[in-house]
Amino acid sequence: MNKIFSKPTEDPLWLKLTLGIIAVGFIAIMLLMPLVLVFKEALASGVRTFFSAMVEPDTLAAVKLSLLAAAIAVPLNTVFGIAAAWSIAKFDFRGKTFLVTLIDLPFSVSPVVAGLVYVLVFGMQGWLGPTLAGYDIRVLFALPGIVLATIFVTFPFVARELIPLMVDQGRDEEEAAATLGASGFQTFMRVTLPNIKWGLLYGILLCNARALGEFGAVSVLSGHIRGQTNTMPLHVELLYNNYDYTGAFAVAALLAMLALLTLALKSFLEWRYADELAASHRH
Amino acid sequence: MSAIGVKLVLPKSRHVLPGFRLSLGFTIFYLTSLVLIPLLALVLRPFELGLDGMWNAISTPRVLASLRLSFGTALAAALIDSVFGFIIAWVLVRYRFPGRALLDAVIDLPFALPTAVAGIALSTLYAPTGWIGSILIEYGIKVAYTPWGVLVAMVFISLPFTVRTVQPVLAEVGHDIEEAAATLGATRLQTIARVVMPMMLPAILTGAAMAFARAAGEYGSIIFIAGNIPAVSEIAPLLIVIKLEQYDYAGASAIGVVMLTASFIMLLALNGLQSWAAKHR
Amino acid sequence: MKRILSLLAAVGMLAATTAGFSANAALAADVQLLNVSYDPTRGLYQEINKAFAAQQKSKGDNVTISNSHGGSGSQARSVIDGLQADVVTLALAADLDAISKNGKLLRADWQKRLPQNSSPYTSTIIFLVRKGNPKQVRDWNDLVKPDVQVITPNPKTSGGARWAYLAAWDYAAKQPSGNGDKAKTFVANLYKNVPVLDSGARGSTVTFTKRGIGDVLLSWENEAHLVLKEAGGDQYKILYPSRSILAEPPVAIVDKNVDRKKTRATAEAYLHFLYTPQAQEIEARNYYRPRNPQILAKYRKQFPDIALSTINGAFGGWAKAQAVHFGDGGVFDQIYQPGR
Repeated sequence: MNKIFSKPTEDPLWLKLTLGIIAVGFIAIMLLMPLVLVFKEALASGVRTFFSAMVEPDTLAAVKLSLLAAAIAVPLNTVFGIAAAWSIAKFDFRGKTFLVTLIDLPFSVSPVVAGLVYVLVFGMQGWLGPTLAGYDIRVLFALPGIVLATIFVTFPFVARELIPLMVDQGRDEEEAAATLGASGFQTFMRVTLPNIKWGLLYGILLCNARALGEFGAVSVLSGHIRGQTNTMPLHVELLYNNYDYTGAFAVAALLAMLALLTLALKSFLEWRYADELAASHRH
Repeated sequence: MSAIGVKLVLPKSRHVLPGFRLSLGFTIFYLTSLVLIPLLALVLRPFELGLDGMWNAISTPRVLASLRLSFGTALAAALIDSVFGFIIAWVLVRYRFPGRALLDAVIDLPFALPTAVAGIALSTLYAPTGWIGSILIEYGIKVAYTPWGVLVAMVFISLPFTVRTVQPVLAEVGHDIEEAAATLGATRLQTIARVVMPMMLPAILTGAAMAFARAAGEYGSIIFIAGNIPAVSEIAPLLIVIKLEQYDYAGASAIGVVMLTASFIMLLALNGLQSWAAKHR
Repeated sequence: MKRILSLLAAVGMLAATTAGFSANAALAADVQLLNVSYDPTRGLYQEINKAFAAQQKSKGDNVTISNSHGGSGSQARSVIDGLQADVVTLALAADLDAISKNGKLLRADWQKRLPQNSSPYTSTIIFLVRKGNPKQVRDWNDLVKPDVQVITPNPKTSGGARWAYLAAWDYAAKQPSGNGDKAKTFVANLYKNVPVLDSGARGSTVTFTKRGIGDVLLSWENEAHLVLKEAGGDQYKILYPSRSILAEPPVAIVDKNVDRKKTRATAEAYLHFLYTPQAQEIEARNYYRPRNPQILAKYRKQFPDIALSTINGAFGGWAKAQAVHFGDGGVFDQIYQPGR
């Protein structure tokens, strides 16, 4: 270590130590402590209580609902992300920057606003609610509403990951394939997809993590029917407000484990395709 | 052979590739039906109050205080995260030490962890009975159920944005420029201040802007820790929910429109920033 | 050929009867109700639902009841926005009035359709203090002392908090020299002592118990008993102030929804069931004051007799109290101005 100290372009050791301690300390206090606390509280009344809280029917229903909502929202946003990236990266047209801004918009809109907009469209006081009710179609307080809110908050995730990546890769390869007589579908499957598959996976992963964890937007239009329209994060709140701390933290721990799994997969992807990813993260 | 012939014959058109209409059409359809039309419903709703009514709905002291809290605290959180985010990125990129990969992976935790989980964890941690809260209370500092709690939650959820925007750029800047500066006789401090920092500025600003946008709209993690006292620790998104609970759809939408406008301006600024950054690289 | 035809006819008839039978069975046997309720009633309705389902089963009907719980105001908002509630069992009449007025989902005279103002059980607002009552709180006037911290939720969003607010107001107004202005000052001083204003009763209870904040929790009587049961031992103590308010949580059928879902008969039976001795017993066990005098007498020990004002007597009904105190720009908004 002392040898490095003598290098003119290196930070002196004292600075390294100071910055290192600040960085590690900040991460430990701000990020790791809450995580540790979740597991500690979940296991506070023993492993048995933890597992019995997990297999409680309402908890299982919440898990099922969250997975179902994500299973619908994520593929739809994936198809959208691919279509958007294809049109934006492979073609030139006017208003492209504006389109990208609009695609980004849901990312910076408050989740509560995301829930509110669907209440205004599909609520009985809203635009379409009374008409749809006439046909007995229910959007709010049912699966469709929860899926819509999930789609909204995870809207740009795949597109944001793919657009810079595909812009960076240009269109030469696809054009070559097309001129060689490949159909559009063949071009996409054989040329584009292999180039973007890791970035795509990465986007899907982020999209999925957010979809499973969304709280604010879903909370506005779920109706909180136990065992029916309560998603996992809403179930955490419900248990927490019911003096059932162990239960709340047990479900929270389950969600935290999903988060950790996401992080592990993400780190793996970053390691696996570091070069491709660098492109998408060059803002 | 014929393929080459075709290529020679075809003019270099921007529509060599198929699927332009299909992909753009689908993109615009999906965007319009799921995002733009619902947002239009939000923007139009407050007009039933009339312009005066709209202004009255958002100019009450309570609403103004909540907007000030949401945006002001988000700004503070973005500043804090920019400083610590830069230090963390610096340490992760420049130093080699055991456990670095693990530290790197953990940065994205706030992103992957559901906000409700973060909320109950943070409020338990910072309550006067919690691990951190019980230490701070000795010094008379209260975090949970005060505006400081809002700040803590915002710093937590938007940290990844500042680290992740700075990190790749810092990795790209590399040592050679610094070495060149050092060879030219610059001190370490001069090198950092005059060479590295200007190159990093666009990335730092972008990260800060993203952190700000995320923090200003945050709801789930904050409501558990804020105490939600009107005009003191009540954030704007919560006030939207409260207005809704009072059947005041137009009033709720009016606050929503203010927040939407702010985030839209933020995004335009971000895009401008990014194209400016692209020119300066 | 003939045989085939007759076989076909037989099969057809069989199919028709089966179809008819199963259609009949669907009408009679499988009814699903959604009860949209407020936060603290979770335990209560779990028991009630079980008992009601058993009772219907003996009549040959299969009734499944789902429950949704949340802040009373937010639950009413969901029903207005289209949550398909068959019955609503909320914290205060104002929220049902809102469903009637904003959503036109139930008749304006809903409160007259069931006995006792459509409230099968009542409750009141009491004090919960910590072990040994370190701040020596006895009555409402102790809550405005500068060193006492009071925990109560936000009256704008919580039903229980509105009852608590009105109870405090009523106490001040009924003092020997009390009047409206003095009551306003009293309530304003009380809310100066509130460090955390949660959005619901449950949030406040968590703040008081788990977070250790505050000296007094203004709580539903039933909530306070739950806390005692949950905490065990003598960590907390229930105090009865000299006077409080008679809280009447109302129940009603959501006419539009039951007519559309064809569940009116079962929904009505469900609400009437709440007044039966069997259900009143369950309500008393869950610390709600039953209307049935015999059962109330049986549980008298857990429901001390204190002076209780009624909303109609002291405030001229919910519609008026709501507009004067909790509407936008109302008294609560005036006393809770920023920058104080």
